Amino acid sequence: MTSERKKAKTMKLFEGGLVKEALKHAFVKLDPRIMVRNPVMFTVEIGTAVMLLVIVGILFTHTHDQGSLGYNIFIFVVLLLTLLFANFAEAIAEARGKAQAESLRKTREETPAKLIAPVGELRVDEIQVVSSSSLKKGDVFLCETGDIIPTDGEIIEGLATIDESAITGESAPVIREAGGDKSSVTGGTKVLSDRIKVKVTTEPGESFLDKMIALVEGASRQKTPNEIALTILLAAFTLVFIIVCVTLKPFADYAKTPITIAALISLFVCLIPTTIGGLLSAIGIAGMDRALRANVITKSGKAVETAGDIDVLLLDKTGTITIGNRKATNFYPSNGVNAEVFQERAVLASLADETPEGKSIVELAKTLGGKTQASDTLLAEARFVKFTAETRSSGIDMKNGTRIRKGAFDSIRNISEKAGNAFPEETVIKVKEISSNGGTPLVVSENEKVIGVIELQDIIKPGISERFERLRKMGVKTVMVTGDNPLTAKFIAEKAGVDDYIAEAKPEDKMNYIKKEQISGKLVAMMGDGTNDAPALAQADVGVAMNSGTQAAKEAGNMVDLDNDPTKLIEIVEIGKQLLITRGTLTTFSIANDVAKYFAIVPALFIASIPALQHLNIMNLKSPESAILSAVIFNAIIIPILIPLALRGVEYKPIGASALLRRNLLIYGLGGILVPFIGIKIIDLFIGMFF
Amino acid sequence: MNTELLGVVATFIITLAIGIPLGKYISKVFKGEKTILDFMAPLERFIFRICGIDPTKEMNWKQHVAALLSLNLLWFVYAFVMFLFQGSLFLNPDGNPSMSPHLSFNTAASFLVNCNLQDYSGETGVTYLTQLAVLMFLHFVSAATGIAALVVVFKAMREKVTDKLGNFFEIFVKSITRILLPISLVIALLLVFHGTPASFDGKDQLITMQGDTAHISRGPAAGMIAIKHLGTNGGGWFGANSAHPLENPDYFTNMVEVIAQVIIPVALIFALGHYLSRKRLAWVIFGVMTIGVLIFLYPALHAEIKGNPAIAQMGPSSSGGNMEGKEVRFGAPASAYWCILTTVISTGSVNSMHDSFMPVSGCMQLLGMMTNCFYGGNGVGILNYYIFLIIAVFISGLMVGRTPEFLGRKIEAKEMKIATIIALLHPLLILAFTALASFGLVRDPSLPWLNNPGYHGFSEMLYQYTSCSANNGSGFEGLGDNTPFWNITAGFVMLLGRFLPIIGPIAIAGILAQKKYIPESSGTLRTDTGTFGLMTYAVIMIVAALAFFPALTLGPLAEYFSRH
Repeated sequence: MTSERKKAKTMKLFEGGLVKEALKHAFVKLDPRIMVRNPVMFTVEIGTAVMLLVIVGILFTHTHDQGSLGYNIFIFVVLLLTLLFANFAEAIAEARGKAQAESLRKTREETPAKLIAPVGELRVDEIQVVSSSSLKKGDVFLCETGDIIPTDGEIIEGLATIDESAITGESAPVIREAGGDKSSVTGGTKVLSDRIKVKVTTEPGESFLDKMIALVEGASRQKTPNEIALTILLAAFTLVFIIVCVTLKPFADYAKTPITIAALISLFVCLIPTTIGGLLSAIGIAGMDRALRANVITKSGKAVETAGDIDVLLLDKTGTITIGNRKATNFYPSNGVNAEVFQERAVLASLADETPEGKSIVELAKTLGGKTQASDTLLAEARFVKFTAETRSSGIDMKNGTRIRKGAFDSIRNISEKAGNAFPEETVIKVKEISSNGGTPLVVSENEKVIGVIELQDIIKPGISERFERLRKMGVKTVMVTGDNPLTAKFIAEKAGVDDYIAEAKPEDKMNYIKKEQISGKLVAMMGDGTNDAPALAQADVGVAMNSGTQAAKEAGNMVDLDNDPTKLIEIVEIGKQLLITRGTLTTFSIANDVAKYFAIVPALFIASIPALQHLNIMNLKSPESAILSAVIFNAIIIPILIPLALRGVEYKPIGASALLRRNLLIYGLGGILVPFIGIKIIDLFIGMFF
Repeated sequence: MNTELLGVVATFIITLAIGIPLGKYISKVFKGEKTILDFMAPLERFIFRICGIDPTKEMNWKQHVAALLSLNLLWFVYAFVMFLFQGSLFLNPDGNPSMSPHLSFNTAASFLVNCNLQDYSGETGVTYLTQLAVLMFLHFVSAATGIAALVVVFKAMREKVTDKLGNFFEIFVKSITRILLPISLVIALLLVFHGTPASFDGKDQLITMQGDTAHISRGPAAGMIAIKHLGTNGGGWFGANSAHPLENPDYFTNMVEVIAQVIIPVALIFALGHYLSRKRLAWVIFGVMTIGVLIFLYPALHAEIKGNPAIAQMGPSSSGGNMEGKEVRFGAPASAYWCILTTVISTGSVNSMHDSFMPVSGCMQLLGMMTNCFYGGNGVGILNYYIFLIIAVFISGLMVGRTPEFLGRKIEAKEMKIATIIALLHPLLILAFTALASFGLVRDPSLPWLNNPGYHGFSEMLYQYTSCSANNGSGFEGLGDNTPFWNITAGFVMLLGRFLPIIGPIAIAGILAQKKYIPESSGTLRTDTGTFGLMTYAVIMIVAALAFFPALTLGPLAEYFSRH
């Protein structure tokens, strides 16, 4: 199911409608007031404007010391294209992110809401049907069977089964009820049964999705700290080349080599890191977009970035490391008790037990082929004994007076010892054996006499230890959080391959663990859903709240996972790393390109007056004009060529930092030096036919 | 391999053999461990007492910068005034005149910043008093300033989160008493035994074979020549610097001097390894720097040994290599080795005339100063390298998917801002001022600045500002530089090129030291690997060298290709 949904969500990279919108925005973004946010491309825009002036100048004065009109127009057009390509990259990334978010939001727009309005002195509630978009924070609405929940909120009254597949893709309905950690409902999901009163928790336009869409859009998109630092570096590279190009003019005058404005501007535009400068914001938006595709809503771009740096991952045992809950795996009757009889008694004791453990006992008996269906007459008169914290056991009192109980070792021991029955030695040994193997023993007694023990085991998710191994290679330490006793916790931790565990964990233990790791300089990520997780979610550097969690938890974390999938943290870490890697590799590529561009343009600048410099023309480009044009054309088209890479992100491989650096340096560093030599030469072969 | 080349190899090996243990010793000095020179302690205590310094009072990075700058300002005023009035002061047996204000400014700046560009000639431009009490004094203190600045950065790089980085005055004084003074004493003695003068008697007189009377300048030179190399200063006693037979009498002294100028820069790399217990990092830095030097050295050696094709065409044998402007007692290879070493580190003393080297060698000399961080000057070489390291860490950190960190500290916007400003400064100063000079010549071609027309003339101007900004001090010569324009502009370039690149790394390291220390994990990018070394080298070459490509094309490259 999950994989099917993922496939459906993988949009084509360039969808027709999006491309059209992005093209429009590429022109809108030429506005210098928008452009100035990106210093690298802003200087290109200035250069393009100067070229326009040069063309106008030639048209009016008819002089030719700046080269032919056609050549100047050609340069102007290529520079303009460079700008448009960069704008298009950003626009398409924005459009994709917005489209993704909109498709999620659409479900919840303009659904009718049954608003409960308190009216009159007596405050009799009256139900008005209004549009979901008019709901305000604090309003209370009613949802009944078959209703679509109009907006995010918290149940204040009632209980309902809800189909959340529209958001999570998970078809199994979930139960939500007032009070406790399962009180949160999401707009766009459907009530399958029962009736609930829900209080609206967000103002219209301020839900997490709205915030996410705003993040993707240019207006409120704030640069992340790392993006700022990189922009500074790129601005510095731009400044160096401003200095290089401005000073070149007097140098050339001294050497009596006239340089045209077109050549100077071309040299400048080629040397400054336009490739990364043009793609930088697209990379950042695409990172958030990838998170959204993984059904994670991020509240800031910084959170995605931080995820790549995570050192410690706190994972809940249940649902993350083990499949759901414990399952019964074995029946061990005491000496002298018939195995089949014991099995039957165990089933009887569990029939009314709605907990997953209880159900698994019945299931196990079924698979072993034992008797699982007690006759109705037998049950009709029976009285079920529910589990209480006091007795710590549950069971059944039959009409014939048989009392069957199952419970923890010490509680059943109490019962049997009170009745004066000895606890069978072999069962004591079995109980210890089960515990030390990471299992949970459930002892069964019949009429206060111990008849055997049921083994419950945690089932570790297949493939989870490989994922932890992958995390270890990334340098991420995994910590399992569980309510189990230390012995069981240790066993499961070892079996699953986590690095550390917190046993018998209370909410404050998580908090303390996070603080302890943070003091030693580590960055910690955790996932949580309950209100009592909220402080720890806020404390963690990356706190991922489950969408099913309480409002408090969602407010405290900096990401919300719509799938409620606890393994999602692993994906989030990789998305963060991918984002940084894409930035780093494209920066390297962009800067490495300069070598070839120098060798294309610098000889072209001076060859006319210093013919000896032909030796520097190692690419053997045809003429100075064709050399300069080829370089600017290469510089322009490399941007759209790299857009898919910027949007998809450079793949992260957990092979250790040094090996990864070597790999990326080889591909993007060495590649960045070689590719433009080849590219410029090929373009020159075409351009050379005209210039 | 011929003997001349063997001499070069032997010189380099001896440099390492001294530099590596010296590094360990320097680290011990600044860690406060026991060393054989602990008998200097009373002298240091005496200095602290009369200066009213409490050497145990720790300073933060801003206080260090303030201490460094105020000391330097004091020395600058002192030197400037002394030059202005030297002609009427004592210890002037040769009766040399006082300096003009602009030359005083230039010379004071030049020696203060460890650059030692000399727009005057030692025999006639200064007196024994200013040679000893100003120039030699500045040789010591400017070198110690560089070392002390680096040691402050060392202290900041430790794993501890702190803003307390030791006491500047204590580090500074120890740099002199424990390192510079004792080693230069040994070097001076070696030079004296080989004929370098150390006398207060004024000019000597001799009758030449033709019967003419010649006056030979001398003076208490040996001590100054020792520290001029050890301190990577380069400002010589005589005008001809270490090409002068009394300043550098024979092949042995040539070896001593060229070794002396490299040992502290090399030793400081290993001192870093010992001080931080990161020996691997030190070796990687050493490796990158050495490869950087060798890549400049090879073309120069090759070109000089091959000789000048223009002379070969005219007939004379050039089997000894390109010997124009070189001393016969050293030969082409040793001169080529010296010329590269003196330009990569910021000494700038010469044993041959750089103007007369082949264009390729001239280009390599320029590149040595443009990069300015392969070994580099005392302390400042590693400080310059540190800037490039930060930039390399930033880019490669991103490439492995982590926000970048260096030695456990995150590199963020503020640090990047400082690092990029410093990295920008060097090209800005060199290119902008060369452009200004070129503009001047285009406006008024009759200006009597250049000895050579065309590309070579351009190289002369480019070399002058490169040498100033790199605080190197060597000259391409041929440039008529004792004019108000050159004296004043060069003076400013030297001052800016000195202090900003010292303040920058101290600021970055100081800010980083106050940040949370993040222990290494397997996801952390290691900075002590060959791959990272390669990355640093690439960053240096692309940032520092590539920016100069168009300028080099119009200078030495155009000259080179025009001859071929």
